Amino acid sequence: MSHTPANLRRRRIVMAGTAVAAAPALFNIARAQGAAIKIGFPVPLTGAFSAEAQDQVRAAELAVKEWNAAGGHKGQMAELLVRDDKLNPGEAATRTLELIEKDKVNFVVGSLSAATQLSINAVTKERKVLFNSISQSDTINEAKDWSLYTFHEALNPHLTAGAVGRYAFPKFGKKVVYLTADYAYGHEMVRGFQRAGAGLGVQTLADIRHPLGAADYSAFLPRIQALKPDILVLCNFGRDLVNSAKQATDFGLKQGTKIIAPVLLYTSRQAGGADAFEGILGGTSYYWGMEDKIPSAKKFNDAFRKAYGGSVPSDYGALGYAGIRSVLQAVKDADATDSTRVSIALRQLKYDWYKGPQFYRKCDHQSVQSVVIVESKSKGMKDKNDVFNVLAIEAADEKNLRTCEEMGHKVTT
Amino acid sequence: MEITPSLLALQLVTGIALGAVYALLAIGLSLIFGMLTVVNFAHGAFFMVGAFIGLYFMGLTGNFWFSLVLTPLVVGALGLVTERFLVRPLYGRGIDYPLLLTFGLSWVLIEAMRVMFGIEGIPSSTPPELRGAVDLGIGFFPKYRLFLIFATAVVVLALWLFLEKTRYGLIVRAGSRDGEICKVLGIDIARVWLVVFGIGTAIAGLSGVLAAPTRAVNPEMGIHVLAESFVVTVVGGMGSLPGAVLAGLLVGIVFSLTSLFAPDLAELSIFVLMAVVLLLRPQGFFGKQGLMS
Amino acid sequence: MRPAFEFVRRHRVAAVMAFLMVFPLLMPYHALAINILLFGLFAVGFNLLFGYTGLLSFGHAAFLGVGSYLTGIAMVHGGWPWWAAVVLGVASAGVAGLAIGFLAIRTRGIYFSMVTLALGQIVYYAFYKAERWTGGENGLRGIQVPAVEIGGLRLDFLNPVTKYYVILAFVALALWFVSRILASPFGAVIEAVRENDRRAAACGYDVARTKLLVFVLSALICGLAGALRALHLSIVPIDSLHYLLSGQAVMMCLLGGMGTFFGPFVGAGVFLTLEDVVTVFTKHWMAVVGGVFMFFVLFFPSGIWGTLVKRMERVR
Repeated sequence: MSHTPANLRRRRIVMAGTAVAAAPALFNIARAQGAAIKIGFPVPLTGAFSAEAQDQVRAAELAVKEWNAAGGHKGQMAELLVRDDKLNPGEAATRTLELIEKDKVNFVVGSLSAATQLSINAVTKERKVLFNSISQSDTINEAKDWSLYTFHEALNPHLTAGAVGRYAFPKFGKKVVYLTADYAYGHEMVRGFQRAGAGLGVQTLADIRHPLGAADYSAFLPRIQALKPDILVLCNFGRDLVNSAKQATDFGLKQGTKIIAPVLLYTSRQAGGADAFEGILGGTSYYWGMEDKIPSAKKFNDAFRKAYGGSVPSDYGALGYAGIRSVLQAVKDADATDSTRVSIALRQLKYDWYKGPQFYRKCDHQSVQSVVIVESKSKGMKDKNDVFNVLAIEAADEKNLRTCEEMGHKVTT
Repeated sequence: MEITPSLLALQLVTGIALGAVYALLAIGLSLIFGMLTVVNFAHGAFFMVGAFIGLYFMGLTGNFWFSLVLTPLVVGALGLVTERFLVRPLYGRGIDYPLLLTFGLSWVLIEAMRVMFGIEGIPSSTPPELRGAVDLGIGFFPKYRLFLIFATAVVVLALWLFLEKTRYGLIVRAGSRDGEICKVLGIDIARVWLVVFGIGTAIAGLSGVLAAPTRAVNPEMGIHVLAESFVVTVVGGMGSLPGAVLAGLLVGIVFSLTSLFAPDLAELSIFVLMAVVLLLRPQGFFGKQGLMS
Repeated sequence: MRPAFEFVRRHRVAAVMAFLMVFPLLMPYHALAINILLFGLFAVGFNLLFGYTGLLSFGHAAFLGVGSYLTGIAMVHGGWPWWAAVVLGVASAGVAGLAIGFLAIRTRGIYFSMVTLALGQIVYYAFYKAERWTGGENGLRGIQVPAVEIGGLRLDFLNPVTKYYVILAFVALALWFVSRILASPFGAVIEAVRENDRRAAACGYDVARTKLLVFVLSALICGLAGALRALHLSIVPIDSLHYLLSGQAVMMCLLGGMGTFFGPFVGAGVFLTLEDVVTVFTKHWMAVVGGVFMFFVLFFPSGIWGTLVKRMERVR
């Protein structure tokens, strides 16, 4: 078989070796060169939340396009470097390291899970790069993880759960059962609810922890049935919520019990369908249907519709938009592109990009914002996007957040 | 917390319904291992494919029963192709190779479903005939899950009849006992293995379409299920059908009862069960002794 | 060609080192390069048990994870200096190897694989629940090594190239260690056990003790990979302990070549680069990687490096 002459074999090996060595250069060329303002955008393009992540990318790209169209900053254009973190904290850390070391990004915006944002933050804060997180977490603002370069555009569990609790508890009753995903995020949600309920005389009948990612909740439902609560809080997220809502419906729990969820994702509702979510109420950072009440929402929706063939932005999509727009605005305000000065400018920023007035609290850089209470609808839907009724909008108020001292911050201004 | 007898009873029934799904999954896995000595790491993926295809047919025809019959046939056909072209070349190379191959196959199947049906998965709903909950006297229980228990019993019975009472079932059983002798007797053992692999994957697909109305159907749903299937198969004994059924019910009940008393330890408890069984009695309840690499 | 090949074979560690020293100059993605070093080491440690001893473990992520977590916990909660934390991480992984190995070697064949899977998952849940120490699902954060001081020299650990060479120093030591083991009489006993453990027992070797010893050595190496990974990423993600990571070690060994020394390293490099490169071109990287893997299982079971070695050997 190997009758090829030695020098031919050698040549083949050399050619193979050159190809291997040149390979990195191939994807080097794809990166744009020049003095652009680069923003790294690690999000889970593959995995359980890829639909939300892709919406985040679309909205972020819209923000970049708008800013560039308005002239950028003294002729410098912004560039979005999107990376797939596969919903995996180790992968997110690696992508962030490469964005900073190889691509030399100015800032990082992104993430779609508590664990990934914390890991991105661990990398960015050590290297003093500004990071604006666009997904929920109570932990990222706490003193242990936080840094002057850490910003949190998204809602946090405490605020969201508190808002939903404050709306629902007076209306539906005092005996509450929690079905909680057993991880930090779930625990944080329960804490938020219990705080809000403390002043209202709400009683926790049970806090049942289920494994994160569980597909079958039937084992927990008989007990909930027996407890006969006024309110069942499904303290989980995304697919877990879809599964638990479905199965709770199957077990007939909706008769006599109101089901509420701290976060009702637009994409979860689409995936789960009208039946499973019938009558379920929850919180969200944004719902496109707000546009008749909030002018900036209308403006944002219209721009999104124009850019993406009539689609409307989802809740996490809107966060992608705001996260980028805030940072780029701060670049203009600071008249600088380095993280230190832009962070200082971002701290002072007061803005209204899509849902009403917002600002970053000084002690922990949490964006103080409104929470929207929505209820799933199954009748009278004008089109496939019309899935929620907006029941209430809790206005932005710093008092609804945990205090700076509680989060471990010694300096509050 | 008040534990009344009726709560315990309802929890038990829930455990049996859970166990029915576990049992079906384990049967497929155990069948393939018992007859072919192949550990099918793509089992969870076939389950997931069954769920997707089942929903697709339901959407196409509007008929659940039609889909229930057609889906296992389609998934089984996929299994036949897999065995013939991917697994068969690996026989004789040791137990690890088919395992590794099916591991890679699971990745391809997951991505294939993403491409075909989208990353979000498709919404599933209970067929109208089986919707609603019945009052069992001890509490409300979904009609569909009672149907699940019934359907599992039917499948197990049908499989038992096939293996014990038909001529081809006899050949399958003989083939698992001693493939060489069967070849000597003139039986095309390769064809038998092909059919068995097809049946195993068809059952996996059937579990998928049966489970679809109860949970979210998305490309990642099989990953979780795979680990659970292994636990059940090991406890029951790899290669044993009665073992798979019994172990499925046992694991379902253990999981259900642990969820009542210590819900955050429920998932851990089944792995502890698996470890204990493997260390004390590796062949499980009824597994073949001496089944080694 | 042949004399060069023989030279490389005999000085395999030196050859590998030479390649790895110039690697960062060829590869612009330094974080990826460091990941290749670390997963390469992980795969080599795993391969000690898999390729050389013939035991397929599906719970090896436990040792990587224990190494990472104990290193992290010592630094974050105990304030230990990084080098002491690494020692603790490695030692803890060895202890875990002793415990899990002791239980696992009582079983054989497919049951061995299953029991390592189950035990590995138990370790996963234990660390998941111990939120106060490990951060649970959020992972352990706060592992910061701004600089590494050796003698009077202060190296900036945040500089990716410096970080690479510091980690390379450790990896080099570990690889040399593994090479010595394999070349020793003990290495021959290991391979004898793989070929036929009954015959090895008949020849008078204590098979159980051999397996246990290899288990512990393998755990130590994987623990070192984990400890260094904690320093590299500044975090320890919970999935460091999950069986999917164990599965990746298996894939890397197969892709590279199970019965060879350098194979797992090549496998790790190919696997990680493939994942990275494919992600640039398509979001269906899972199908591509899965397909490539199946292709290798079917047609190149000796892996890339293994096939290369075989080809070279046939050139006589």
